Order: sequence, then C-alpha cells, then structure tokens
Amino acid sequence: MESQTTYNYKVVRQFAIMTVVWGIVGMLVGVIIAAQLAFPELTDGISWLSYGRLRPLHTNAVIFAFGGSALFATSYYVVQRTNQARLFGGPLAAFTFWGWTAIIVLAAVTLPLGITSGKEYAELEWPIDLLIAVVWVVYAIVFFGTIMKRKVKHIYVANWFFGAFILTIAVLHIVNSAFIPVTLTKGYSFYPGAIDAMVQWWYGHNAVGFFLTTAFLGMMYYFIPKQAGRPVYSYRLSVVHFWALISTYMWAGPHHLHYTALPDWAQSVGMVFSLILLAPSWGGMINGIMTLSGAWHKLRTDPVLKFLIVSLSFYGMSTFEGPMMSIKTVNALSHYTDWTVGHVHSGALGWVAMVSIGSLYYLIPRLFGKIEMYSMRLVELHFWVATIGVVLYIAAMWIAGVMQGLMWRAVNADGTLTYSFIESVERTYPFYYVRLLGGAMFLTGMLIMAYNVWKTTSEGRVADADDAIPAPAAH
Amino acid sequence: MSSFWSVWIIALTVANILGCFWLIWWTMRRRAGEAVQGDVTGHTWDGDLQEYNNPLPRWWLWLFYITLFFAAGYLALYPGLGKFAGLLGWSSHGSQYEGEMAKAAEKYDPIFKQYAAVPVADLATKPEYKEAREMGKRLFLTYCMQCHGSDAGGSRGFPNLTDGDWLWGGSPEQIEATITNGRIGVMPSHAHLGDDQIEKVANYVMSLSGRSVDAAKAEEGKQVFMTVGCTGCHGMDATGNQMLGAPNLTDSTWLYGGSPGVIKQTITKGRNGVMPAQKDLLGEEKIHLLTSYVYSLSQK
Repeated sequence: MESQTTYNYKVVRQFAIMTVVWGIVGMLVGVIIAAQLAFPELTDGISWLSYGRLRPLHTNAVIFAFGGSALFATSYYVVQRTNQARLFGGPLAAFTFWGWTAIIVLAAVTLPLGITSGKEYAELEWPIDLLIAVVWVVYAIVFFGTIMKRKVKHIYVANWFFGAFILTIAVLHIVNSAFIPVTLTKGYSFYPGAIDAMVQWWYGHNAVGFFLTTAFLGMMYYFIPKQAGRPVYSYRLSVVHFWALISTYMWAGPHHLHYTALPDWAQSVGMVFSLILLAPSWGGMINGIMTLSGAWHKLRTDPVLKFLIVSLSFYGMSTFEGPMMSIKTVNALSHYTDWTVGHVHSGALGWVAMVSIGSLYYLIPRLFGKIEMYSMRLVELHFWVATIGVVLYIAAMWIAGVMQGLMWRAVNADGTLTYSFIESVERTYPFYYVRLLGGAMFLTGMLIMAYNVWKTTSEGRVADADDAIPAPAAH
Repeated sequence: MSSFWSVWIIALTVANILGCFWLIWWTMRRRAGEAVQGDVTGHTWDGDLQEYNNPLPRWWLWLFYITLFFAAGYLALYPGLGKFAGLLGWSSHGSQYEGEMAKAAEKYDPIFKQYAAVPVADLATKPEYKEAREMGKRLFLTYCMQCHGSDAGGSRGFPNLTDGDWLWGGSPEQIEATITNGRIGVMPSHAHLGDDQIEKVANYVMSLSGRSVDAAKAEEGKQVFMTVGCTGCHGMDATGNQMLGAPNLTDSTWLYGGSPGVIKQTITKGRNGVMPAQKDLLGEEKIHLLTSYVYSLSQK
C-alpha cells in the first residue's frame, strides 16, 4: 500500500467518511439553533446549549469540519490523479488528517464552554489557532510537493484553484489570528478598533472567497467533467476567471462594514471590487454548466450530475446576489437582516454542500472498489429532499430579511419609527418555522446519504479500489 | 492618511482594475499553434480529462466590462482612491449623515415643538393631546424599551414605570430631569459585614414588608441596620430617599429581586443602576413628550 506505485487513498477515504459524519453533526447543530430561534425557550438555562455558544459551533462545524474535510478528501484525490503522483511526504498526509480532526474535536469542546475569541468564523482561541497553522502548512507541503513531483507536463485547472485556496487561507488565518495571549484560553486581538474590524472581514470574506468558493471550484473542475464525461468548456475562460477571481476577492471584505466607522475610501473600494467579482465568479459557473453541452440528457437520469449542476445554479445565484448586496444602497436595507442568512445558506447549502455531496457520490464508490453507490434511488431521493430544503430555507430568509429591513426603516409622519424591534421579531416567526423545516430536510438528506455510504462501504473492498498510478504517457 | 498610503492604495486599486482589462485582452488573443474553437487543447489528465478552447462568451465579456467601467466611474465620483475625495464631494458623515439629519430636523422639529409649551400633566391626561401621547409612546418604543420593556413594565435591574412606585420621584419635573440628565443609583458593597450580619440584616429588611422571618435574627438585624450606615440612604424608617434614588424597603417592589438569596447578594456585593442621559441624543422637545407618556402610564 505504501509503495510509490499506488495512490494514497487511505487519507482520502478517511476525510471522505468524516465529511459525511461532520456534515451530520454540523447540520444537526444548525437545526437546533434554528429551532431555538423559532422556540426561544427551548434550552433555557443550559449555558452550553445556548444560542450564542452553539452558533459558532455550527458555523465552524459546517465550514471547517464538513467543508474542510470535503476539500482535503477531494484535493488529495484530484492532485494525485491529475498529476499521476502519490501524495508527497509519506506520513505528513496522515498527520493532516489526525491534526485536522483534533482541531475539530477541540472546537467542539471549547466553543460550547464559551471559550471564544469572538471573531466570526475565527472563534477558536490562540492555542488551537497555532495548531491550525501547523496543520495547514503541512497540508501545503503535501499538496505542492505532489505537484512538484508530477509525471505530467501541465498542471490541471482544478489544482490551480486548490493551490490558490491553500496559500491564501494560510495567509488569512495567520494574519487574522494574531493574538496577544493572556491565558491558555484567552488571547486578545493584536489589532485595535476599526483596523481589527477590517482585518476580521478581510479574513471573513476571503474565508468565503477562498475556502468556500475557490476551493470548491477546484472540486467542480474535476468532478463535473468526470461525471459528465465531457471536456471542460473553455480553457481560456478558466484562465481569465481564475486570475480575476483571486485578485478581486481580496478587496471585497469592507462590504461587511458598510456604514460603520470604516473610512469611506475602504467602503467604496470594497463595493466596486465586489461588483467586479460578478463576472469572474460566473466564469466558473459557465465553465461548469457548459461542460454539459452535448450531454444534457444525462441530467435526466444521473442524480450525481444533478447535484453537481444544481450546485452551480445556486453558486451562480448567490454570486449574483452577493455583488448586489454589496451595493451600499442595497446593503442599507439588507444588512443585519435574515436576508444575509438566506444569502449565506444559498451559497453554503446550495453550492458548497451540494457540490461536495455530488463529488462524494462520485468518489466514495471508487475509493471502495465499487462502480457506483449502493442505491442510486437513494441518491435521487437525497437530491430532491436537499433541493426542496434549500429552496424553503432561502426563500423564507429572503422574505423575512426584506420584511425586517423595510420594517426597521419605516417612519411615521413625525419621523419616529413605525415598528419597534420586537414587532419585527414577532413577524419573523412564521419564516423561522419554514427555515427550520428546510434545514431539517437538508439534514434528513445527509442521514439518507450516511445510510447509503455505510451500505456502499460495507459491501465494497478497499483492496479493489483502482489506485495504481499509470505510467507517464509518451509525448 | 499619509501621502505614501494614499499613493499605495491608488496604485493597487488602479493596477488591479487595469490588470483585469489586460487579462481579458491577453486571453482573447489567439496564439499561433493554439487549438481552434471546438477543438480540445491537446492535454489529457487522469485518462480522460480534457479542455475545449472555446472563446469567452460575449455576453459574459460585456458583463465584465460593464462592472469594470462602473468601478472606474464610481471611484472618480466617490471617495475611494486614497486621499482623493471624489468629484461629487460626497462623504458618509458630512454630506450624507449631516445632510439627512438637517433635512429631518427641518421636517420633524416643528411637529415636536408644538407641544413644548404644554404642561406635562395636560399632555398626559387631556383627550385633545392623544396624538402627543402616541408620539411619546413611539419614542419610548424606539429609545426606552430595550431596558424598560415594550410595556414599560421593566425587568430585573430596570424599574417598572407603570406602578406608581418611583426611585427618583414621579412628578413631571422629576421624570423629565431623570430622562434629561440620567441617573446613577449606587448601593455600595457590604461584604465587610460578614455573612452572619448580612443574614440578620436581610431578615430585618424582609420583615419590613411583613414577610415571615426569623424574629430573633430580624431583631439583631435591626441593630445592624441602624448602625452600619443603611439609614444614611434608606432612612431610619427604611422608606428610602428619592433624592438619592434609594428604594423604599418597606413595600413589596424589588428592583433586583426579593428572594432571600438575592437580597443577601445585593447587600454583599452592592448594585449599580444606570439610566443614561438623553439630553444630547433626543433634545428637550422629544424628552417633553417622553415625559408625558411615562407620566401617563401611572395616572390610570
């Protein structure tokens, strides 16, 4: 197994299985906090089950545990197969698996205990941040080391995206997590005031941009052409959208801080680059969806392809919505409302989760020596349950968000506010129920997946997986 | 912002926008020996992964151009390029916030002004001032309900404004003064008395409102109450002092809670109640209407 004539599938298998496990855990916590919003007294008095502690647990679990594991699994698989080389660094890949898993477990313990840095999507305290930095650097060594020893001349497009994601996340994490430690469980940010806010959202938006977009585009660039059996639509489109995407995303952070103490110039620059992002973002969607041209009929029968293509539709929708929401006049309505929550979940559930699920349905049988999943009917069922769940979720949050924004800005003839804040909360309840239903449906889909994965892996044999590295083609 | 950082920002911003134009131009050029449209590029990965070399979709290219030109135009008109303030002279604080506030003042101030000379007692009770009370209520629901609750019933540490029981006085003048300048109510810590004495004082305090207590402890507690300084604020008869915001201990209203445990906690650790001053935020005329509304709540 450890010879240089086979691919390292062990680490890919480990991450792939944990993706399903963490997906269920993270989404379950999501459903719990959605229930707390609909029924505020659900867990009253239990500090470690309070909304404020579970919410960061939910975001960390779905982004870094579920999304992160999916990215480790697919990037390790793709980088090996498209470069015809076994993962570089021997035991380093295993170190990233156990290191990343340890980080997730530490997060699951510390966040409910209320140990938090208070920085959104970077809540983990400084000792865990240090561990993340170490694991991430090792990840970079394994990934780029594998590319260095490739047996093919050209680097496949999926690897550009994975590579950009790995490099950028390292920079973002290290800069944003600069803390002055006070105790083992408490550190204070190195940056003061508005600068701290700017650094935080430079990190925060690029966590979306590079972790949740660029990296998953890398996934898309491998699994869609593979599953569709068609060439990627346009090489030159992938070049232009890759470079434009990674350069302009870096600027977009200030749109999280419109109408705050952030200087006007930063707000303006953040807004215009967010708008420029529209076309580069859509470049990926076009390349993915148009790859299917000539094979559209496959969408009717192949539920894996449905996951992948519908994920791109949600991707296109949220990358249109995002630039629109970054326009200051739109943001004045949407900011601080549930519209933002709807937007995030159209990206997180519709794009990130669905492209990961589709990719895993391609990947898992191949890792266990099978041709396809145990039951394609269950994949189909999962697809419909998940899609309806996402649509219910985001539609509810859109309506709730626009309603809240309009209620908050409504004024009477004397200039006083028409509605008190609590009235807007009261009117949001119906939408919180619908959102809870949508989220619960998405979670149900993950449980269907878990059963299907369990049946597939217990029938399959690891030894049957085709992990032989082919000889370099003669040029 | 120093000139260095200004130039730095301008250089990076302009370079990235121009870079996008260059990128489009560079990828649109067809190079010799390159695959033609509809053909794959000739590279193959992992057995069957290939790429077509289709041109950039025209509609997509236009979308890209439009956003790039919009960006250039926006940065010419609005502040964005370092120290350059933009051709419109717009700023979020100057022209937008202050402009909108001035407009609002011009439009709304006369509405509030018309009640400024009417006494609070009239505004609070007379039928013809119903609209004034409604305005006061709307102000209350915007600025006061966060602590006092949307029904003004208060919550732990925040007084109920509807019960006729006043810490700092319930006359229109006193209420207006409270809202205008705020209040700070301090109960100092008495941890130095020790648990035993605090237990006894708590028994005495509870006996004042007719609750059943350990009579012996309450009797000893009375001695403590009279000698360690409680009377300085709460008075010899423990009915409080509105000059200091010291609560009446003989009624059954408890700002921080009336259970034996909470009373002992209050004595041991002290309390610090703050009503923030609204003078600069709301101005006299709005405070006048708020006063009328708050006053009306306990006049029924």
